[in-house]
Order: sequence, then C-alpha cells, then structure tokens
Amino acid sequence: MKCTFIVYRFDPAVDKEPRYQEYMVEAEPTDKILDCLNKIRWEQDPTLSYRYSCAHGICGSDALMINGRIELACQKLVRDFKTANNFVIEPLPLFKVIKDLVVDMNPFFEKHRTVRPYLISDEDPPEKEWLQDPENQKFFEPALACIMCGSCTAACPINRSNDKYLGPAALLRGFRYVADSRDTATGSRLAQLDNEDGAWGCKSMWWCTDVCPKSIPLTKSIAQIKRLIKEEEKRKTAGS
Amino acid sequence: MKHQFDVIIVGAGLAGLRAAIELGEDTSVAVLSKVFATRSHSGAAQGGIGAALGNEEEDNWEWHMFDTVKGSDYLGDQDAIEILARDAPRTIYELEHLGVPFNRTPEGKIAQRAFGGHTRNFGEAPVKRACFAADRTGRVILDTLWEKCLQGGIRFFDEFQLMSLIVSEGQCHGVIVYELASGKLHTLHSKAVLLATGGYGKVYKTTSNAFASTGDGLAIAFRAGAPLEDMEFVQFHPTGIYKLGILISEAARGEGGVLRNNEGKRFMELYAPVIKDLAPRDMVSRCILEEVRAGRGIDGKDYVHLDLTHLGEEVLNTKLAEITGFARTYSGVEPITEPIPVQPTCHYMMGGIAADADGKVITDSEGTPFPGLYAAGECACVSVHGANRLGCNSLLDTLVFGRRAGKEMRRYIHTVGFSPLPANPEKEAAAKIATLMESNGNETGGPIREELQEVMMDKVSVFRNRSGLTEALEKVRELKGRYQKIAIQDKGNCFNRDLLDAIELDYMLDLAEVITLGALAREESRGAHSREDFPDRDDQKWLVHTMFRYSKEEGPQVFFKPVTITRFQPKERKY
Ligand SMILES: Cc1cc2nc3c(=O)[nH]c(=O)nc-3n(C[C@H](O)[C@H](O)[C@H](O)COP(=O)(O)OP(=O)(O)OC[C@H]3O[C@@H](n4cnc5c(N)ncnc54)[C@H](O)[C@@H]3O)c2cc1C
Ligand code: SF4
Ligand code: FES
Repeated sequence: MKCTFIVYRFDPAVDKEPRYQEYMVEAEPTDKILDCLNKIRWEQDPTLSYRYSCAHGICGSDALMINGRIELACQKLVRDFKTANNFVIEPLPLFKVIKDLVVDMNPFFEKHRTVRPYLISDEDPPEKEWLQDPENQKFFEPALACIMCGSCTAACPINRSNDKYLGPAALLRGFRYVADSRDTATGSRLAQLDNEDGAWGCKSMWWCTDVCPKSIPLTKSIAQIKRLIKEEEKRKTAGS
Repeated sequence: MKHQFDVIIVGAGLAGLRAAIELGEDTSVAVLSKVFATRSHSGAAQGGIGAALGNEEEDNWEWHMFDTVKGSDYLGDQDAIEILARDAPRTIYELEHLGVPFNRTPEGKIAQRAFGGHTRNFGEAPVKRACFAADRTGRVILDTLWEKCLQGGIRFFDEFQLMSLIVSEGQCHGVIVYELASGKLHTLHSKAVLLATGGYGKVYKTTSNAFASTGDGLAIAFRAGAPLEDMEFVQFHPTGIYKLGILISEAARGEGGVLRNNEGKRFMELYAPVIKDLAPRDMVSRCILEEVRAGRGIDGKDYVHLDLTHLGEEVLNTKLAEITGFARTYSGVEPITEPIPVQPTCHYMMGGIAADADGKVITDSEGTPFPGLYAAGECACVSVHGANRLGCNSLLDTLVFGRRAGKEMRRYIHTVGFSPLPANPEKEAAAKIATLMESNGNETGGPIREELQEVMMDKVSVFRNRSGLTEALEKVRELKGRYQKIAIQDKGNCFNRDLLDAIELDYMLDLAEVITLGALAREESRGAHSREDFPDRDDQKWLVHTMFRYSKEEGPQVFFKPVTITRFQPKERKY
C-alpha cells in the first residue's frame, strides 16, 4: 500500500532553515517505520540522514518523533498507526539537530556521566561473587532495560524549562546504582540527587514513562530515589 | 588531523571495551567505533555467558571444554579452548565485581540456566552453565564495561569509521578514520592496533545482526595482508523470527521451550534423543530445514513453531521479557498463549582474522605474528568455536581474549617506539572516497547489496553443494565487477550514509567471496558447513583450518593450518 512520509530535512551546509520533504513509499502493514526510511534512502533519496543499527529496539539509535510522538523507528510498524498511512517524521526534540534526523546527544551522555554510573564499593571483592538478595536485583531490574535512546529526556517538560535538570534517563541510572546492594556510595549518591536539578526536579508528569520504548517505570524509579532520600534524612536525624 | 596513542582499539563491543579496561590504567589508549559505543551489537546478546561456576548443579571446566570441542566438531584449537573454559569462572566473577547485575539464585549467588550443547559429565545431560541477566545479558555487560571506561577516563572516538590500517614494512602503526559528522579523515598514530569490529551477518539476507555488522575490520585487515581463517563456517541460529531474522534466544529452549512441526510434534526428540531441543545450533537448524523439506513446515511454509506456552506468564515476562516483547511487536504473536513462528537466521561468524590466544594476528600456518596488529572478539578466529560455536561462548570469548589481547599489547608497546608515519598516510583512504564521490557510474549500491544478500542466503547458507556454490561465486564476482561502476548521490560531508554504505558494501563483497571459496574448497561436512555432495566429516583430509590470503592479481589464495588437539581425540558427534 502507498504511504506518505513527510520528513524533516536540514543540512547545515546548504539550508538556512529546516524544511519538510514529502515521499511516497510502497509499504506493507508489517514494515517497520525504519524499513520505510530505508526504502526512501535506498530507492529515492540517498541524502537523507538518520541513525540506526540493530533494527529491533535494543541499541537505542533511532528514537524519532513519529506523528508527533516519540518512538523508536525500528519498533513501530506501519500498522501500529491509525493515521491513514500518513507519517510525519521529525528528529528527537530538545537536542540540537546535526543533520536531518540526526541530533547531538552529547548533552544527554554528559548528564549520564555525572551520576557516577559505575559500581563504587569500599570493600574488597570476595574470591567469588558478592552475594546479592534476588529481591534486591529484582528491585532495580527494570532499570537495566534502558537502551539510552534519549526518548524520556527529550519528552520531559521539566528538561525543557531547566537545562541543568539531570533528566529521567540519568536519574534512572542513578537509581540503578543507589538501589544496588553491592554499592557502598549510597549516601553520597543520594546527597548528589537531593536537589531541584536532581530527583526533586521531577514533578511526576509521567511523560518519560509514557514514551519509554522499553516500558521502564521511570517516574516510579525517580520516586524511589525521593523515598530513599527521605529515609536517609530520617535515619540521620534519628541518629543525631 | 593527527592524534597519537600507544594503542588504538577499533570497536566498542565487549571485546574492544574489555581490552581498553585492561590497558586504561597505565597506557594511552583510544577506542573508536562507527556507532556510538553503547549501540554496539554486543548489546543485543540475550541469553547468557557460559562458565562452569556450578552454582545450580555440579559442573567443571573440563566438561565445558569438552562440550566446546565437541560443539566445534573437533575443529577448534584445544589449547585455546582450554584457556577459554578455565578462565571462564574468573571472567564472570570479574564482571560481577565490576557491577554486572546478574540474576541470582535464592541464596544470592549468580543464577545459571541451560543452553544448547552444554552438558554435564561429557554429554550425559544438559547442565545449567549460562550466567544471565534476564534476556539482556549483552546489554548489561556492555553498559557496565562502557561505564567502567568512562570512570577510567578512556578516550572514545564515537561515530568514527575505520578506513584503513597504516602498515609499512609489514608492521602496523595506526589507523586512518573517517569522522561521520564532518566527513574529515584523521590519522591515529599508535604502536599497536586492536581490531574488535565484530561480525558480518549482513552478508546474508536473513540475519540477527545489526546494520553495522558488515565485517569492516576483517576486510581491511585482509587487504593489508592478514589471512582470514575458517570463513566457510557461518552459524545459522535455529530460532529467528520468521521472515525478520530477529533472534529468539536459545535461552527460550534453555528455560524449557520446544520446537514443533506442523503436526505439533516435538521433532528434536528424533534427531537428538539425549539433549533434544538443546542440541547445538548447526544441528537444530538442519533439523528444521529437514522438517520443512519433508513437508512438515507450518502451513507448508519454511518455518516451524517455537512453543513457550507451557512456561507460564511469570517466566516469560521476567526471564524472557525482551524476546517475548519482540514476538509481540514484530510477529504479532502472544507467546503466553501462542507459539512463535521461527526459522534459521544468520547469526554468528566462526571464521575471522587469524589470531593466536594472545590476540596477535598471525600471517602463516606457523603462527608468525603481524607486528603491531591484534584482533579479538567475533572478528577474530582464535579458534575456539571451530566449525560451530556453542551458545553463550561468544560473550565469553570476547572477554577472555579481549583481556589477553590487552595484556599482550601492554607488553608489546614497551618493546617498541613509535615508528615514523609514512608520507601522506591518508592518501589511499582519501583517494577511495574521492573515487566514489566523483564517480559518474551507472550503478547504485542498493541493488548490488540486495542481490549479494540473496545469493548468499540461497546458495551459501545451511545446506551447500558444488553447483550452488559455483553459481554463488560467479554471482559475487559479477557483483564485484558492477561495484566498480557504483556512484554516490549524496555529495555532502555530514552523516553521509550513502558513502558509508558503499564503502561497507565493498567489504561485504570481499568477505562473501572468501566465504564461498572456503565452502567450495572444503569437500566434507563439519559443524555449520554442510555439503550435500559430501555429507560426511573427513578427518583424514579436512581436520585443518582453511586460510585465505589476499592477492591483488590472483584473488584470494588458499592455504591450510593444522588443528591443535590436546585432550580430546575426534569422535563421532552425537547428542
Ligand atoms: C541477537 C544476538 C544475540 C546474541 N546472544 C548471545 C548470547 O546470549 N551469548 C553469547 O555468548 N553470544 C551471543 N551473541 C553473540 C555475541 O553477542 C557477539 O558475537 C559478540 O557480542 C561480538 O562482540 P564484539 O565485541 O566482537 O563485536 P560487536 O559488539 O559487534 O562490536 C563491534 C564494534 O566494532 C565497531 N566497528 C565495526 N566496524 C567498524 C569500523 N569500520 N570503524 C569503526 N568501528 C567499527 C562497531 O561500531 C562496534 O563498536 C549474540 C549475537 C546476536 C546478534
Ligand atoms: S529510560 Fe527508556 S526512554 Fe529513557 S533512555 Fe532508557 S530506554 Fe530510552
Ligand atoms: S535501530 Fe537499534 S533501537 Fe532502533
């Protein structure tokens, strides 16, 4: 069947302003949106740029705005949309466009770095594995599904108003290490997140959770950080 | 632009990152990757990583070694396999200490599950040997290693594509890379280069591999004089989603899933009475196609069913959450209540750049090293997988040999200085780009790539024979001819995929030719290489590694390398 694709185009070398270009694509209902973009590029217009690699929602390359909603192009099929076979494809919002659908994700990864996304332990590791309660692993397991696609952070309204806000993805990573029983830096991690640019920046607007292609309960995970911060405070005041 | 590092690592999958961590503490090292590091295809690995920890039941490294040797159809080098199996438990503990969030047993140890071809007591019954984090094992290991590199301040060149190796007087001392965002070439001068560029499943039409899996590192090394080893051994994973090739991990069968034909029969019971659905991949893929040939495919088509309905919602939604999602999204099937349509999909390349157990690229059958050049991970052939890799041995391979390559490079760089760069090292790469950009030929890459993928799928996949292989070779060579007339339409310098696709297609054509030549040469059936005209294994003649060397004038030249056999003499392979 015929589908119309209206695609955002911007080449800094020639364009002053972004523009939209229309393509007709012959597609199956089961084709992924990524397949359609590939058809445009291979059969009609090789100058179109976008990122992709795994093609099944695991590498995090191809988060885009599809018909006004953030989605992974490789995880949505033509038949998933009730838009009369018309598609508007735009780059991920919030980030600066480099070319066409390719955006600069550096600020996203910079924030990721600041949460110290690695295990910190002041204990020497045992000869074999550290023992860990399976319930503890289950508690933070949902956070492990993150593919760093940036959808959540791009969708978050708070992120748009405060560019210092860590954003849901980096907070999720923070949560993953705060919750891991093997990590001994919990106190300083919580202290780092205990401010308006950290966990308290989240006003539970649920946009991140809504768009996450891996169905990660982001808002709840951020709420867990807030809960842990409060518990830590209580413990401190009780102790003093 | 010019940069200098002691070591350049090309590839940010598990193999590259593990080597980087090894070196990072005291060596100047840069990692480059054509996709952003965490987009590397290691992140797609689902089912698990093998090690005889014995956390769930008795196990030991010798059983693991035996299974790997037998799985390899005795083509794997047993000295290297011994290293792999012995070093596996240490590797897992090391990952755990770095923070990899493995699933746990009730007592808090690392949980393990069954996987194809892994058995206890030399083939008695399946054993739980695969350590895992749900079905996103690759994702969590990749993330953990990458984050460890961030902690160590390792320099990344993300979205930089390797164009060529700087080789003079038979020694490698750097790389030329293309920056995707600017279209500029950079010279990275070094004492040693590690290739960790992963697989090349994209040579085939149906594959579980990523678009980035185009074998760049192999083709570049090959042209630079490094031989390729055992390239005819291509693994087809039995359970790719019908038509799409997206992988449904062997973990699905490890957790108890079974394959059924159109009569609803669990057909693997006939072919492998002892370990049934957990037979190795080469066998299961052949069995599926045998069923299809006998008219027992579903609806008479070329697929069968993977039945997980008896595993229950809890197991599917927790331990197999990702693949359950894939089945829902891409084939519209609800695995809790319906079977998943599956067929073999090109998954893994046993062959690769000939390398020793310390990652040194070797140039002949005696193991003479290529100074300064190293390879590890899926792009290398050590060879631990021989003619058929066992599930969950590849992640292990990347880590064990990535680390060893790192150690060896650290030793090597202290024995040499920086050799002076040749005059204008970027010349060749610049000329290649200019030729493509300025060409006004009448071919485009798309159709050539499609025809290549189709002919490889039709004639050089699970079952092979001389006439089909000969046709395939002719076709590949015709496509190579057409490639010379290819033209690029995107003339820009920013994220020019048109140009990069064309460059990668050149690599795939080279590799397809070597795969086909190897398959034609090897007149026997062993592991994943199954010749209908030579159905038996022939240890007299073919218990050897196939090696190909590049020759500009005469095309790839074949020679052979002996197989190292230490503990286990070749026996008939039954499961
Ligand atoms: C779907 C799937 C599931 C799997 N599941 C398992 C499993 O459960 N257990 C198991 O043991 N194995 C599994 N495997 C196999 C295993 O994942 C791979 O063999 C392994 O991850 C390869 O790692 P690598 O580091 O060699 O390469 P990769 O992870 O593929 O990384 C290659 C790197 O090289 C870079 N690169 C390539 N070309 C260039 C270039 N020209 N310039 C710059 N950079 C370049 C890429 O950007 C990337 O960073 C699976 C494979 C697939 C496809
Ligand atoms: S939490 Fe979800 S939306 Fe956010 S980066 Fe991770 S996978 Fe993407
Ligand atoms: S291409 Fe990897 S997530 Fe879509």
